[in-house]
Amino acid sequence: MSKALSAIEPGQTVQVTYIESSALKPKLMEMGVVKGKEITVLFRAPFGDPIAVDVHGYILSLRLDEAALIQVDEVGKQEVFA
Amino acid sequence: MKIALLGNPNTGKSSVFNMLTGLRQHVGNFPGVTVDKKFGTISVLGDEHTLIDFPGTYSIYPRSKDEKVVYDVLSNPNHPDYPDVVVVVADESNLERNLFLFTQIYDLHFPTILVLNMSDIASRKGLSIDVPELEKQFPGSIVIETTAKVGLGKDRLLKAVELISKDKNTETFLPLAGLKDPDDLLGQEEEAEQRFALIRKVIEKVETHDSTATKKEQHKLDKILVHPVFGYLIFAAILMVVFQFIFAFAAVPMDFIDGSFADLSAWLNKTMPKGLFSDLISQGIVPGIGGVVVFVPQIALLFFFIAILEESGYLARVVFIMDRLMRPMGLNGKSVVPLLSSVACAIPGVMSTRTIADWKERMITILVAPLMSCSARIPVYTLLISLVIPKETVLGFFNLQGVVLFGLYALGLVSALIIAAILKFIINSKDKGFLLLELPTYKSPRWSNVGLTVWEKVRVFVFDAGKVILSISIILWALASFGPGEKMMHAAAKAEVKAKELKLTAEETERMVASAKLESSYIGIMGKAIEPAIKPLGYDWKIGVSLITSFAAREVFVGSLATIYAVHDDGDENRRLIDRMRAEKRTDGTPVYSMASGVSLMIFYVFAMQCMATLAVVKRETKSWKWPLIQIAFMGILAYLGAMIAFNVLS
Repeated sequence: MSKALSAIEPGQTVQVTYIESSALKPKLMEMGVVKGKEITVLFRAPFGDPIAVDVHGYILSLRLDEAALIQVDEVGKQEVFA
Repeated sequence: MKIALLGNPNTGKSSVFNMLTGLRQHVGNFPGVTVDKKFGTISVLGDEHTLIDFPGTYSIYPRSKDEKVVYDVLSNPNHPDYPDVVVVVADESNLERNLFLFTQIYDLHFPTILVLNMSDIASRKGLSIDVPELEKQFPGSIVIETTAKVGLGKDRLLKAVELISKDKNTETFLPLAGLKDPDDLLGQEEEAEQRFALIRKVIEKVETHDSTATKKEQHKLDKILVHPVFGYLIFAAILMVVFQFIFAFAAVPMDFIDGSFADLSAWLNKTMPKGLFSDLISQGIVPGIGGVVVFVPQIALLFFFIAILEESGYLARVVFIMDRLMRPMGLNGKSVVPLLSSVACAIPGVMSTRTIADWKERMITILVAPLMSCSARIPVYTLLISLVIPKETVLGFFNLQGVVLFGLYALGLVSALIIAAILKFIINSKDKGFLLLELPTYKSPRWSNVGLTVWEKVRVFVFDAGKVILSISIILWALASFGPGEKMMHAAAKAEVKAKELKLTAEETERMVASAKLESSYIGIMGKAIEPAIKPLGYDWKIGVSLITSFAAREVFVGSLATIYAVHDDGDENRRLIDRMRAEKRTDGTPVYSMASGVSLMIFYVFAMQCMATLAVVKRETKSWKWPLIQIAFMGILAYLGAMIAFNVLS
């Protein structure tokens, strides 16, 4: 079932299914967040926002508002801080 | 030949630039915009070529002010910086995303060299790239590997510049891509989707991944540095260490510079033939330059630390943990750096807001940055504190003078945040702020990069601020040296007679005459003219004169008071000036510098926008006089009201 990236807990790996159209969409895509991409939520800032995700080997931080634009399917779990 | 250097942020692009050009580099502006252009010279087979460093970007389509220059240059063959060859620096450990920019440029038919940098990090992550295979995917281009951080691959890169065909390539990677309008977001999305699909096929062919390698150590550091408690504690501790260091170590060179310029002034005054020209040199120009140079040690030290934090990758984590806290004030995590820089000087602070992509967040940051207490306020604060704040110990072990100084800094910071929160509701913007930021891999700073950053910031301060400060110094010198009609001559003659009566020494006479002349000069008249306006704050015309002269740079306040009170500015913690100011009485016998008027003055200096150089930079950065005028207005109102309230409460 599809969820917003902003609702995903740290440690979850997800696959991008859809990005909502907005002025930010091209920027997100250029930074590697494209449909079909697997990303892992790594950690959240204190206060829960922004979040940091692993996109193909680099760490991208984005606000929850921005993460809410990204729809994802859950793929699996892994221990980030192990 | 012109060679453009392009690449994603955090790919070690500046290391590649420094590796190729060494010290043969300069900074200028791209024509028509204020974005810094770094360019350098490289020699290949005896031919000299110009290498132009562009701002780091993920795409040729601009998403922030800085990035726009990339599109402007690459899309316009008539642009003076239009390159013959493009070198794209890519992070080898992150090829997919980096190839996006590379293929965009490749499709513009530039002869393109792809530099796979940071191969050390890639191999640590267990990634290896089949370079010949990758090169085969892009006919006409050359692909090489470097580790620019340690200077590896320079010869290979120069060889590639030599070998690359200088003709436009006719190949395309993504057929019929073409150049889209920067506003055609939908077209760009479509293109991005297709481009990534093709790139993924390339990656499958060239990249092999050894899954036994691990990247976990990086996350361990993050576990501490972005921790809800330790994250902030560590940031606070780093700030404390940095500022302790700056205050402790900058004082020595600053005193030296201050003393040297004062000596030079005095020496010139003695040795040059008396006259207007010699006065202009010894009292206008030399102190003016001194007033600029004296801040160099502080600014250099602060940017030395900021550059280390940035190079190491830590600063991005600061942005990450501060973003949520800054947002209610209409600011961005990225506002932390400009605000921090403004503690040294608002000029580099305002300029560093360019990284904030959202217009509104950037404007608010620019508007409140000068409220942070900068180095030029310190001489004013210290003079006033030692004048009116008793040397007492409070709460057991706190030195009251120190507490007041800390309070002034805190007042600046807190008011900056409050004003920002108010501006958030006043400034209209249809865009919502955003933060899309790469948290780079932690790495040890490369010292040559740190050195070059410091040099660049100091250069910006000395030349940008220096121009303005120096010209205002000269104007103020003229206003203080000339007066209407014969008044100044009469005042000087009268002072000389009086000095004779009092049997003063030649030096004392000279100072008395200078003071009398100043009083009847244009600036003395201006000081008297504003006296009614500043009386409610507890100031007299003499302070008025010093307030006006502060518009060159705030610390001039101290020097003008010394002239007005005819004391020799001996630099030794201004002992004599302080004694003289203490003795200054109003007509009713009460001291001019009481606790009330002293604190009122300090508060005035916390708030007032008395820096023409900053105003000039704000004008340049916002491209309109509207914002600097708003800044003068709201900061002036704050200063006036704050000082008035302080004076009335305390007296």
